[in-house]
Amino acid sequence: MPNKTFFWFFLPTGLAMILFIGLPIISTGIQSFYAQHDQVVKEVKKCDPFGCTVSIVVNNEETTKLREAKPLGKFNGFGTYVDRNHLAIDEIKKFWNETESFGAFVDQVTNLPFYKALIFTLTYCLFVTPNVLLLGFIIALSLNAVARKIRGPLIFGTILPMIVTPLVGSLVLFWMIDSQGIIGANIQNLMNDPYLSLKSSKTLTWITIIIYGIWHHSPFAFVVFYAALQTVPQEPVEAAIIDGASRFQRIKHIVLPHIYPVVTFVALISLMDNFRVFEPIIGFSAEGSAQSLSWLIYDNLVNEEVILFGSAAATSMMTIVGIAILLAPVLIRTWKEFKTAR
Amino acid sequence: MDYGLDKKSTSLKTFNTIFIIVWLLIACFPFIWTFWGSFKVRADFFSRSDWWYAISAFNTLIETGGKFTTDAYTQAWTEGEFWKASKNTIIVTVFVVSISLFLGTLGAYALSRSTERYAFWILIAALIFRAMPHITLVSGYLFPFFQLQIWGILPTTIVVLVAINQPFTLWLLYSFFKTVPKELDESALIDGCSYFQAFRHIIMPVMWPGVITAGLFSLMLAYNDFTVTALLLNQENHTMVPKIQSYLGTNQHEGNLMWAVSAVVSATAPLFMLVMFFQRQVISGLTAGAVKG
Repeated sequence: MPNKTFFWFFLPTGLAMILFIGLPIISTGIQSFYAQHDQVVKEVKKCDPFGCTVSIVVNNEETTKLREAKPLGKFNGFGTYVDRNHLAIDEIKKFWNETESFGAFVDQVTNLPFYKALIFTLTYCLFVTPNVLLLGFIIALSLNAVARKIRGPLIFGTILPMIVTPLVGSLVLFWMIDSQGIIGANIQNLMNDPYLSLKSSKTLTWITIIIYGIWHHSPFAFVVFYAALQTVPQEPVEAAIIDGASRFQRIKHIVLPHIYPVVTFVALISLMDNFRVFEPIIGFSAEGSAQSLSWLIYDNLVNEEVILFGSAAATSMMTIVGIAILLAPVLIRTWKEFKTAR
Repeated sequence: MDYGLDKKSTSLKTFNTIFIIVWLLIACFPFIWTFWGSFKVRADFFSRSDWWYAISAFNTLIETGGKFTTDAYTQAWTEGEFWKASKNTIIVTVFVVSISLFLGTLGAYALSRSTERYAFWILIAALIFRAMPHITLVSGYLFPFFQLQIWGILPTTIVVLVAINQPFTLWLLYSFFKTVPKELDESALIDGCSYFQAFRHIIMPVMWPGVITAGLFSLMLAYNDFTVTALLLNQENHTMVPKIQSYLGTNQHEGNLMWAVSAVVSATAPLFMLVMFFQRQVISGLTAGAVKG
């Protein structure tokens, strides 16, 4: 296709992506170097029969004027990145010097908002992704062994958790697991502990959200693996059966190597999706004990008094760096393949 | 395919059946339970005293005189203004699907027919864009949108959703266009068609399955979106998913949980029907990128 034709065909979609994906990333970058204005204060002298006192009050008029004149805020350089709510460099130095044991130091650091969120996000990815692969693969193998006629409805049932939006999916589970729901109430009875509830324990909340993640993402892994299983050639499998290979050996030495590229694809996609975990935290109302990076950004953006653009942007930039690190191996591999291909 | 070589023992078959039944229960029961509970009153579905009330409908009988009540639905749709939210969702979904298909088919066709190096790089860039968490993009939008005073209205959200959707649509349609033989449009070009005519009259007619799949995924993205719609729309223009969240209540004001339950059912039912109808397309779309690439 000539370049000129390509240009006109591609222009609309290219423009949409540059304007609404490319530019926003740059806009986020710029915003992250600014912080909202401090309130303008003035000293007010108040005199009464007992003497004069000077108090400091907010000058609302001046503050509004300043905000209107420079809506982006004041230039802050990397200030937002290193403040207490983000990388917290000063605090970490302080903790390092003050705490006695390494354990206490780690404890202190993981209580800082950014590190807390980072640890939750990574834990979530670490537990959800492998389990999604495993469960998805087992369901695919198991459905593949069922008679063809009834597979349709079974597949429909299997993919339900995936097609609802994460907020709805987590709400539906939350209403059952909550202390007033069917599962929660029964667990209370079983454990004989009327105060046992999701909100009472941090570990319990984390486990619930991770289970939700597995429940929500496994169908995706299932669908891809199921399709890949249909392409496994029959001859080597039959040869293996004749040679006396067990079912497990057949899966390990024939099926898995065949679908290996698909496994990496699913792992990558689900890692990227898990890294942005955020809606389940709202669905499970778990803000108290579980916060993710995306949730921190959301929280800054829905702040009731002043929207913390700078803070949200700084967290966003660091999230993008995180995504870049996750994507790097794939990009390098694709680049190498591309180079050898030509 | 099966020549009877692969003999499964009875115990394996039983185990397999049990596993599938258990998994289907885990996957589907929450939805069935929510559907069932949406016809009860709050004191039953979220019972403080006995979870069995949700089945026996103890309080529902007292409060409404019947075992099932549609109060939650009528209230959410009228008083809770869920009708407005569903109207907004329909507007957003229809526009997002049609615009992103229009842009996506043109772009993906060009990518699939180009042999130049930049086509490869565009696809890689689209992959990177696909990985961006939506909330980081939203944090980039908010400030400029406030300044331009285009925040809160439906058209802005539609354009944003179309753009966010493009990378995935491009990849999906690209893999579908690749399966259409090049000779088809080349012969049209020799016969004197322009590229656009070849695209319009020769390629599009054989591309319908792919277009339907891509359309379904755009639809699911627009219909299910929470991040963009919750932050870029004002209260008045909220679509269904942010509306459901607003029923949940906050620390400051108590929500109406049964409205949320009935709204969840109302929002999920059409989606399930759609997927039931187009199951084959959904699955072919999910696997298009994976199996062929």
